[in-house]
Amino acid sequence: MFHQLTKRTFQNAKPTRRTFLKFSAGAGAGLLVGAYLPVATSSQAKAATADGEMMFNPFVRILPDSSITVLSKHLDKGQGTASGLCTLVAEEMDASPEQMQADFAPANNEFYRNLFFGVQGTGGSTAIPNSWEQYRKAGATARAMLVEAAAEEWDVPASEIAISNGVLRHDGIGKQAPFGTFAEAASSVTPPADPPLKTPDQWVYIGKDFPRVDVPAKSKGSIGLFGIDLKLPDMLYAATLRSPRFGGKLVSFDASAAETMDGVVQVVEVPQGVAVLANDTWTAFQARDAVTAEWDFSEAENRSSDAILEEYRALAQTEGTVFEEHGDALAGLEEAETIIEAEYSFPFLAHAMMEPFDLTVRLEGDRATFWFASQLQTVDQAVAAQVLGIPAENVTINTLWAGGSFGRRTTPDAGYIVEAAMIARNAGTSRPIKLTWSREDDMRGGYYRPLVVHRVRAGLKTDGTIAGWHHRIVGQSILKGTAFEAALVQDGIDATSTEGVAESSYAIPNFRGELHTTEVGVPVLWWRSVGHTHTAYAMETMMDELAEAAGEDPVAFRLKHLADAPRDAHVLRLAAEKSGWDTSPAEGRYRGVAVHKSFNSYVAEIAEISMDDGGRMRVEKVVCAVDCGIPINPDNIIAQIEGGLGYGLGAVLRNKITLIDGEVDEGNFDLYEPIRMSDMPEVEVHIVPSEESPTGIGEPGTPPIGPAVANAIFAATGQRIRDLPFSEHGLV
Amino acid sequence: MVKFNLNGEEREVDADPNTPLLWVLRDHLDMTGTKFGCGIAMCGACTVHWDGVPTRSCQMFLGDIEGASITTIEGVSGAAAEAVQAAWKELQVPQCGYCQSGQIMSAAALLNETPTPTDDDIDAAMDGNVCRCVTYVRIRKAIHRASEIMNA
Repeated sequence: MFHQLTKRTFQNAKPTRRTFLKFSAGAGAGLLVGAYLPVATSSQAKAATADGEMMFNPFVRILPDSSITVLSKHLDKGQGTASGLCTLVAEEMDASPEQMQADFAPANNEFYRNLFFGVQGTGGSTAIPNSWEQYRKAGATARAMLVEAAAEEWDVPASEIAISNGVLRHDGIGKQAPFGTFAEAASSVTPPADPPLKTPDQWVYIGKDFPRVDVPAKSKGSIGLFGIDLKLPDMLYAATLRSPRFGGKLVSFDASAAETMDGVVQVVEVPQGVAVLANDTWTAFQARDAVTAEWDFSEAENRSSDAILEEYRALAQTEGTVFEEHGDALAGLEEAETIIEAEYSFPFLAHAMMEPFDLTVRLEGDRATFWFASQLQTVDQAVAAQVLGIPAENVTINTLWAGGSFGRRTTPDAGYIVEAAMIARNAGTSRPIKLTWSREDDMRGGYYRPLVVHRVRAGLKTDGTIAGWHHRIVGQSILKGTAFEAALVQDGIDATSTEGVAESSYAIPNFRGELHTTEVGVPVLWWRSVGHTHTAYAMETMMDELAEAAGEDPVAFRLKHLADAPRDAHVLRLAAEKSGWDTSPAEGRYRGVAVHKSFNSYVAEIAEISMDDGGRMRVEKVVCAVDCGIPINPDNIIAQIEGGLGYGLGAVLRNKITLIDGEVDEGNFDLYEPIRMSDMPEVEVHIVPSEESPTGIGEPGTPPIGPAVANAIFAATGQRIRDLPFSEHGLV
Repeated sequence: MVKFNLNGEEREVDADPNTPLLWVLRDHLDMTGTKFGCGIAMCGACTVHWDGVPTRSCQMFLGDIEGASITTIEGVSGAAAEAVQAAWKELQVPQCGYCQSGQIMSAAALLNETPTPTDDDIDAAMDGNVCRCVTYVRIRKAIHRASEIMNA
């Protein structure tokens, strides 16, 4: 998401007051340094430097014990961002991996905004791309200041001091010292205006494997990392009863049974429903379940998802708003030798992150403090301030590590933050309150990947090239009604509805894309890879159908249409080569291919499946090729591709959120069965060496897996699966 | 008052005997390494060892564990557990990490029973432990690696 914002926000980035922070912590005084922001504003920054005004913001903290803490402006929900930022800082400082640790930055747009968004937030696989320059500069600045302090102390020229593995060294005078020795002295050195960055040939960590900073703790119970584990003195535990249908309003409730339960402290009405405050989580859940309520559904979404789907199918027969047109698709199709028409349906999907929502809030007078895995820190802060009627600077956001997100924690309406804030306000207590959602609260809580229908007519010329492509998409807008609407919804087209069909890498001479944006009362949200979750499937299975109709090999047919897309073509060729595409698979094995660009990264995946006697398939192996620019941490890239394709695979195998008369049927992992160990294929990842700037890696592994497997199913059975998930076709 | 052994220490808890062990551990004893994922024994995030057997603590109730010996991620030890935790680090298994306490508890129990597991053994032992980051490729490799470490 949001990648379209890139240029605009870069242009708007303003250098501000020079800020240099010295700080004290338990371990003693040290150095807190940052970097000049960002490249695009360097001329402004330089101009401002003349009169002493320049951007300097805190990213790196060094203590006398030589520990280096990188303040991550981004949430880390498992994708490795905090470790990636540590890699960038350690690289420029020549620190050792063992001395690096990460902490999360406070909410502050001035210092910590995502340079692509304009607000502080994590998403759209932008964390490393937008920080690439910034955090290296932070490391280079810290390095220069430490060197300067050492040079003064040792009375040698700064240029003669070398650093390796976190140790400053002057061979001529035979002195060496760890960073910590100079942490305090360095804090009074004037930071350099434009510290030089290493050139790629000087890198010792970028492109190698840098150990993740969070893995040791996460191998021992993750003590103290997650919000759900937070316990504060005198804390209350909350659970909320919400409307069983989206948009239902509370009419009345009876909490008498809950109020008499041992350990229940208070019951409060909030706009979201009825919240129970108790002495522990389990009691809060039990008491919440004992509350009965009457709801007004007159403005609720009362339809079943089947009815919504039928409405979408009907809409797909009608003309929509054109989002992209070049050539004349209809004329091209008129002249086509062969035409394939296909309609695809994609269900609502829940993110089902492992750690359900939890949030601790303490409201003391006109000051509020929050502890949770905030993914849009300054939006969450602003919304909380608004609903509490207090200034934003009175709202402190303490960001904690997240037990997954996949998009779910990036809520433009800050819904669960509002819920917690209202509970605290209406309870009228200054005791800290931890709100925890149960799995059912999460699964039935909406904010799904939208239900989407695609209708595609594509035709071939006699020479086997594409004659025309007419593509309709029907679905809800994710961004409409949010703070991001103005920037990302243009002329009624939500870019996240069409990305992946729009601006396709394929050379399609006659193309027309149309969108129907529907109004449905089910809240929807970005789900790992957003629009690409469905657009890649429609595009890449249709390409396969066209290849079949043309009598051509699916890889060769794609390459023929990627003549002007060298990076797409390269990953496709590489995956084909590594998978042995040109040789037949083993007996009983079938292959399918897909290639897709998303978040400015390019991924090809070749899936190999087996079929049992009962017609059930298993994905045995996936060979991937990925080009995400400079591979900062290759092992983390591999991990994100493994996880990204696994996440997508689970969804296409058997995930679907079903509404029956407005109520969500699936409440837990029994009916919304996640991908499990025995479903998981072997994964082989090949990374394309690159000198291009790093691009996203959290999401791009997800889009190609569905179509790659679907195309393998076709190879095995001759069946084209156009309605997801596969479980509805007896295949799993 | 229910008495049981937790990570080698005798503990007494005074709470509703219908309280799941998961919440006894987390909220009453401040042992938060054991995680809440689903509450219906479908995800394995809350896996502990009950007399050495991997068990979902969300479906064990305080009233049922009088005299039992419970081990959590905070207290798990021995050759298998140590090998698993070493392999988890070596292969950089965790992503978000939320499920990994449960994964490690299930993997350690598997290796205690079956020091050289096959892929089928791993499927059988680990299918109850959900990882939404889908780290299964590495969990599988790390269990094989832990087996090597243990058997070295």
